[in-house]
Amino acid sequence: MAPRKTASTSSRKTTAKPARNETIGSNSLTFTKEEELHAYREMLMIRRFEEKAGQLYGMGVIGGFCHLYIGQEAVVVGMQMAQKDGDQVITSYRDHGHMIALGMSARGVMAELTGRRGGLSKGKGGSMHMFSKEKGFYGGHGIVGGQVSLGTGLAFANKYRGNDQVSVTYFGDGAANQGQVYESFNMAALWKLPVVYIIENNRYAMGTSTVRSTAQSNFSKRGEGFGIPGVQVDGMDVRAVKAAAEEAIAHCRAGKGPYILEMLTYRYRGHSMSDPAKYRSKDEVQKMRSEHDPLEQVKARLLEQGWASEDDLKQIDKDVRDIVADSAEFAQNDAEPDVSELYTDILL
Amino acid sequence: MPVDILMPALSPTMEEGTLSKWIKNEGDAVKSGDVIAEIETDKATMEVEAVDEGVIGKIVIPAGSEGVKVNSVIAVLLQDGESADAISAPKAAPAANADTPAATTSGDAGGKARESSDEPTSVASEKVPAAPKTEVAADPDIPAGTEMVSMTVREALRDAMAEEMRRDGDVFIMGEEVAEYQGAYKITQGLLQEFGDKRVIDTPITEHGFTGIGVGAAMAGLKPIVEFMTFNFAMQAIDQIVNSAAKTLYMSGGQMGAPIVFRGPSGAAARVGAQHSQCYAAWYSHIPGLKVVMPYTAADAKGLLKAAIRDPNPVIFLENEILYGHSFEVPKLDDFVLPIGKARIHRPGKDATLVSFGIGMTYAVKAVAELEKQGIDVELIDLRTIRPMDLPTVIESVKKTGRLVTVEEGFPQSSVGDFIANRVHREAFDYLDAPVVTIAGKDVPMPYAANLEKLALPNVGEVVEAVKAVCYK
Ligand SMILES: Cc1ncc(C[n+]2csc(CCOP(=O)(O)OP(=O)(O)O)c2C)c(N)n1
Ligand SMILES: [Mg+2]
Repeated sequence: MAPRKTASTSSRKTTAKPARNETIGSNSLTFTKEEELHAYREMLMIRRFEEKAGQLYGMGVIGGFCHLYIGQEAVVVGMQMAQKDGDQVITSYRDHGHMIALGMSARGVMAELTGRRGGLSKGKGGSMHMFSKEKGFYGGHGIVGGQVSLGTGLAFANKYRGNDQVSVTYFGDGAANQGQVYESFNMAALWKLPVVYIIENNRYAMGTSTVRSTAQSNFSKRGEGFGIPGVQVDGMDVRAVKAAAEEAIAHCRAGKGPYILEMLTYRYRGHSMSDPAKYRSKDEVQKMRSEHDPLEQVKARLLEQGWASEDDLKQIDKDVRDIVADSAEFAQNDAEPDVSELYTDILL
Repeated sequence: MPVDILMPALSPTMEEGTLSKWIKNEGDAVKSGDVIAEIETDKATMEVEAVDEGVIGKIVIPAGSEGVKVNSVIAVLLQDGESADAISAPKAAPAANADTPAATTSGDAGGKARESSDEPTSVASEKVPAAPKTEVAADPDIPAGTEMVSMTVREALRDAMAEEMRRDGDVFIMGEEVAEYQGAYKITQGLLQEFGDKRVIDTPITEHGFTGIGVGAAMAGLKPIVEFMTFNFAMQAIDQIVNSAAKTLYMSGGQMGAPIVFRGPSGAAARVGAQHSQCYAAWYSHIPGLKVVMPYTAADAKGLLKAAIRDPNPVIFLENEILYGHSFEVPKLDDFVLPIGKARIHRPGKDATLVSFGIGMTYAVKAVAELEKQGIDVELIDLRTIRPMDLPTVIESVKKTGRLVTVEEGFPQSSVGDFIANRVHREAFDYLDAPVVTIAGKDVPMPYAANLEKLALPNVGEVVEAVKAVCYK
């Protein structure tokens, strides 16, 4: 078995590396000041939001399952920076970060987590099942792999309508082993559907590491048999993510069919709030946190470039914390759905 | 002997067609495989190939004939050395249509209209044999003085699997997180340590694939236990369960079946939303070729899981996440096996019969206690097995009480309770003093919000009210 690229400094890709002899283009890995500040704020927003969600879960205010995105922020923020309005996004149950990055209100997301009427699904969906037609967010899906075919269907609709929108379809390394993923790959390639498949390889599917679950752990190659180009991307570096995203999205918009981006990333927390995460060492987590943290990387650059002072960053943190605190406040005080909602939204 | 060439059926539903064109003429020699004619069905134009060698001695149905019945003689083939004189008059029965003038030609076969083909098949239906009745043994006697130990359903399930794995080397377990993680709900705790990774197997998240692998291994004679992290995810694999596991014995004429257990939690846990909260009792109970078990107590969980593993058939074993932590008394016996297909009278009573199973029993038990306070003496039956269902026990009870209420968490339409109500109406109608009431989850996807989730599930109050209603109290 070929050793899997681990996230150690030496082997981790810093640039999106092309597969199948395609060149990644000249997308710059450097960010402007505005881009760095934007990425920092967005990622910080997700992190603080998730920390708060974890806290509320611990208090029993959020129930059921709650899967946090902490550690993976650069993936969704970098992708979002390359998308344009009208592109659709779909993902799994680990969906809070995607919604925040799409600009959905922190109040709406948090109130869904607490099951209140102000939540994005009126409190009826919960953490794993949230949607926003307005933002082109097609969920929040609890069944591992299910969203991959759905995301391919979103791309089908784009092609059918002849618009230039792209379906941005996220799934995990564990989901990448589901059969319907490959059925979808085949049709997406056959029909040249505009879909970017983003495999968020955070190395674990619950307690199962990729080495224990797959004979081919280079997920960027999973489309080779169908002729789908794929690259591995340092998913902890928001600049690398954005560069790869631009390349992939341009490929789709040009009518060349699907594209796979394998994001090498890491989740700091357990699979869900109820996972003790005994399957990996504390050192492994600590190493990722201290050496590869997506926020710290941006922060260091901002300071180094003199684009922000410690005080500026503190101010950003304060602004973000205020928004998150407000959302938590709202989500705890908002009323539960009216009981009449029990029988609504089942059929039109 | 001249050979009759018959109008072929070119699809399973074809009864007649149009003979649109003859490719060969009278006197032509044909070899098997030669295209001799074209026929049109309502779906397509198809070619008719010769099956035998010879010379076309006579074309019975001319080109252009419509409504030519399947199996009617369309031509006669002469074998080596035969002459056309050898052709006797074709049998009259199957006939060509006379709708078009061109069709009324030579032979006695012409002229018969096609009216009969549109008629429904005979009303006098063949007698369908009655489904056989199977006798299910009663629970084994528990010897007097047997020590009872309190254990959780979780432990009982684990012990059942461990005991059966010790007993039979062909039993193995596979599923997501069953080995190193010790089970997503810790049902397989310690099994990897005792039995090793050959027999306790972590799979990728590929339900359809590993279920098929399990069924294939069972067809080859192994005895897999397939754990679904929850039965919601078995929907990815339901084709292999229903089309492969359940039907192979029948389709192979009894040659091979699939001795396999599919187990895992089914039904709502708490606040996990619509995609993770379905009860599958009614779903699988629909399928001939499956057994469906859904225990409530730890003792039943243990005794029935052991039976399921030994059973030569595919068994769906529906557990419940909330019940995993509940403790019950379990007899301490070396080999405690219970019969699949036998209900258990949880509490005898005389005023009304209450039937439930699995987590539904938690509502039933509380309701019975409340009703006792109100002076209503309820007989509570725990079905334990949904398929084959122990209806005789239910019907006996209804004959005694004259009243029946059922409780389950699944959706109301085509529910297990609906099936019971139907059977009781058919078999014990005269004994009923009130219409049967079935209580189920509400007819909605499971909402996430705490208040709505509570409303969506059955509740004890509903059960109490229903029993009072059938007792007219
Ligand atoms: C079909 C299906 N099988 C199993 C599960 C239970 N489950 C939920 S998340 C998960 C792990 C998925 O891992 P991965 O795809 O790597 O995504 P990550 O959680 O790492 O983001 C499992 C097994 C499920 N929800 N759906
Ligand atoms: Mg993962």
